[in-house]
Amino acid sequence: MGIEETKKESELEAEVRLELRQSASGFQTGFIRGTDLFGYVGIEAVLDQMRRKTMKAGFEFNIMVVGQSGLGKSTLVNTLFKSKVSRKSCTPDYEEQISKTVKLHAVSHVIEEKGVKMKLTVIDTPGFGDQINNENCWEPIVNYVNEQYEKYLREELNINRKRRIPDSRVHCCIYFLPATGHRLRPIDLEFMKRLGKIVSIVPVIAKADTLTVEERQEFKERIRKDLTSNEIRVYPQREHDEDPEERLLNDRIRESIPFAVVGTDKEHQVNGNKVLGRKTKWGIIEVENVAHCEFANLRDLLIRSHLQDLKDVTHNIHYETYRVRRLNESNMNFSELVLTSWPLKNGTDTCETESQL
Amino acid sequence: MASSDVARQPDKGARPLSLAGHVGFDSLPDQLVNKSITQGFCFNILCIGETGIGKSTLMDTLFNTNFENFESSHFEPQVKLRAQTYDLQESNVRLRLTVVNTVGFGDQMNKQESYQPVVDYIDKQFETYLQEELKIKRSLHNYHDSRVHACLYFISPSGHSLKSLDLVTMKKLDSKVNIIPVIAKADTISKSELHKFKIKIMSELVSNGVQIYQFPLDDETVAKVNTTMNGHLPFAVVGSTEEVCVGNKMVKARQYPWGVVQVENEHHCDFVKLREMLICVNMEDLREQTHTRHYELYRRCKLEEMGFKDTDPECKPVSLQQTYEAKRQEFLAELQKREDEMRQVFVQRVKEKEAELKEAERELQGRFEQLKRLHADEKAALEEKKRLLDNDLTSFGNRRTAAALLQPPGFTVNGKKDKDRKKWVELSCLYLMAQYTQALMANFKLFLS
Repeated sequence: MGIEETKKESELEAEVRLELRQSASGFQTGFIRGTDLFGYVGIEAVLDQMRRKTMKAGFEFNIMVVGQSGLGKSTLVNTLFKSKVSRKSCTPDYEEQISKTVKLHAVSHVIEEKGVKMKLTVIDTPGFGDQINNENCWEPIVNYVNEQYEKYLREELNINRKRRIPDSRVHCCIYFLPATGHRLRPIDLEFMKRLGKIVSIVPVIAKADTLTVEERQEFKERIRKDLTSNEIRVYPQREHDEDPEERLLNDRIRESIPFAVVGTDKEHQVNGNKVLGRKTKWGIIEVENVAHCEFANLRDLLIRSHLQDLKDVTHNIHYETYRVRRLNESNMNFSELVLTSWPLKNGTDTCETESQL
Repeated sequence: MASSDVARQPDKGARPLSLAGHVGFDSLPDQLVNKSITQGFCFNILCIGETGIGKSTLMDTLFNTNFENFESSHFEPQVKLRAQTYDLQESNVRLRLTVVNTVGFGDQMNKQESYQPVVDYIDKQFETYLQEELKIKRSLHNYHDSRVHACLYFISPSGHSLKSLDLVTMKKLDSKVNIIPVIAKADTISKSELHKFKIKIMSELVSNGVQIYQFPLDDETVAKVNTTMNGHLPFAVVGSTEEVCVGNKMVKARQYPWGVVQVENEHHCDFVKLREMLICVNMEDLREQTHTRHYELYRRCKLEEMGFKDTDPECKPVSLQQTYEAKRQEFLAELQKREDEMRQVFVQRVKEKEAELKEAERELQGRFEQLKRLHADEKAALEEKKRLLDNDLTSFGNRRTAAALLQPPGFTVNGKKDKDRKKWVELSCLYLMAQYTQALMANFKLFLS
């Protein structure tokens, strides 16, 4: 290391600044220091430190897929993460029958890309909307989501708590809408209304290759109208935008939800390239082609640009709402216990509203 | 997985999976970093050292700005802390820096309690954070973290060893904050002395069980540098904000008649090392250690002190709620008891006051009766006198008429004499009556007054 060497050599009027930069670049790559020689402090280095630390610690992401059977949930998840994350239920060796109630199934995998490790958990909901009587089919799901929040809260309130609380809270819930072309059905409305309050919902139109482009636009508009008229909040929510830039970006997204997606894991040759696509008699639907379907938009939203935001919204807003509600229920107002030197003032003790509503 | 991340147990059922193509979540760290940039960073440094040892100058030099500082006097009655917050920006990174300086440290005659204000300050920051965390409606992600992330302890360059004040203070602080000892005004020590001094200091720290902050060795990219730096502790620093022309450049330096001590010259002092370690390499780690180790320890102690436990005496896990309920009942009972006590005391006092007042009333009544009796007596005496007087008057009147009757009517010789004598008797009677009535009036007046 440069520093070592110079120290060992005696009587050298070293031009320390330059040397430092050179030696420093040995252990911190790609760093732009201030050009002004006397203005250099090195605060920027904290970004790199943060990056290194988070990469070492790894990430966790929990995604829930909800929709009737046969809408292509598992296929879509597999396409999103380009690996066999979920087991498709249409394969011959799939033995389970349609269950009487909605049973949730969480499967975890660790995937790695360019040094970034992610523990991905996919929570499947077989049986949702499949029975004849679908009243209260969202209950097991709501219970599951709340259970995860409860687990986290318990751990957070522990005296001896872990360095990193294992995060099993649902960060994102993809809700599959069948491509009827009409509007939202009662079960869709009920579900999204209830779950929109506790988790970030991303609605998608499944098997969108049955809709033409015009039909798709009309369908989407009708859905958006239905969502606003029923006051259903889906991700990204308007109220959570923090600054004008974010608002602009999210507005564009809000104008194109729900995304019409097609999923597949088979590859075909198109114009000499191998692409993911569905081959039919009338052509090949390229999944990653923006002109064909909006899968790429969904993937970009979920993974490439808003993954951290999804986690943040879950942690800062949905989890906090749950916590407020829970602490009020159990009357755990720590400011009542005026012990020793605790002059506690709570912001407002009661949960007046739920998150943004 | 990193082996040093102890809490991350191997997940059961989380099978590793290989990706068939580019998914894109490698941008996750960037997403996280971008969010942090918008939020800004927070860093709090505590500088402990004697007055005049160069704390403010070093901070100015480290951060290349001029924090408004003024010299403190040496006559502070006790140690105080002065915190100042600044917003710095370098390219797109915003840093909210809080520098806390001790004022009057080491100046008192009796330094036994010198460390206490510092410990109190650090605890107070932990306390505010803990309170915020335990609030029902909280906003942790917007919260301005004021917990002390790094503590620079300035050792004065005696060249011999640590002072006992240093040892005592550092021992008290080592479980609360990351301590980085630095040797101040290092241009007063020669190279060989410095080397011996450093070894002496480190051995003293070790033998006294003081745990100073060790630069972390678990990340391969920086492990090597950190190990080297760990060997150079404590850093011998020189601070200066003045610039001197050396060669053809202006460098930060101190100019002496015998030479120029350049601050950023590695041969002259360890300033550059300190800056590298404190800011460029380990700032994030310092913050993490503060949060995960020192703060958690404080929180645990505080909650246990309040009586919250994770398991009850039978080793069954007790939820926070149960403990809380129990505590609350206890507390309410205590309140009730105190209220009853206070009420009793109040009633007691009222009774006493009442008794007192009654006593006074009775006394007054007694006196009034007495006076009344007195008056009645006097009145009776006067009546008696009046009666006597009346009797006298009537008897005198009778005697007069009797005397007048006894005198014969044709008595002319002595007629005039009689008349005179009569007149004289009448006059004297009138005079006597007047006297008597006067006396009576006087008596009556006396009685009435």
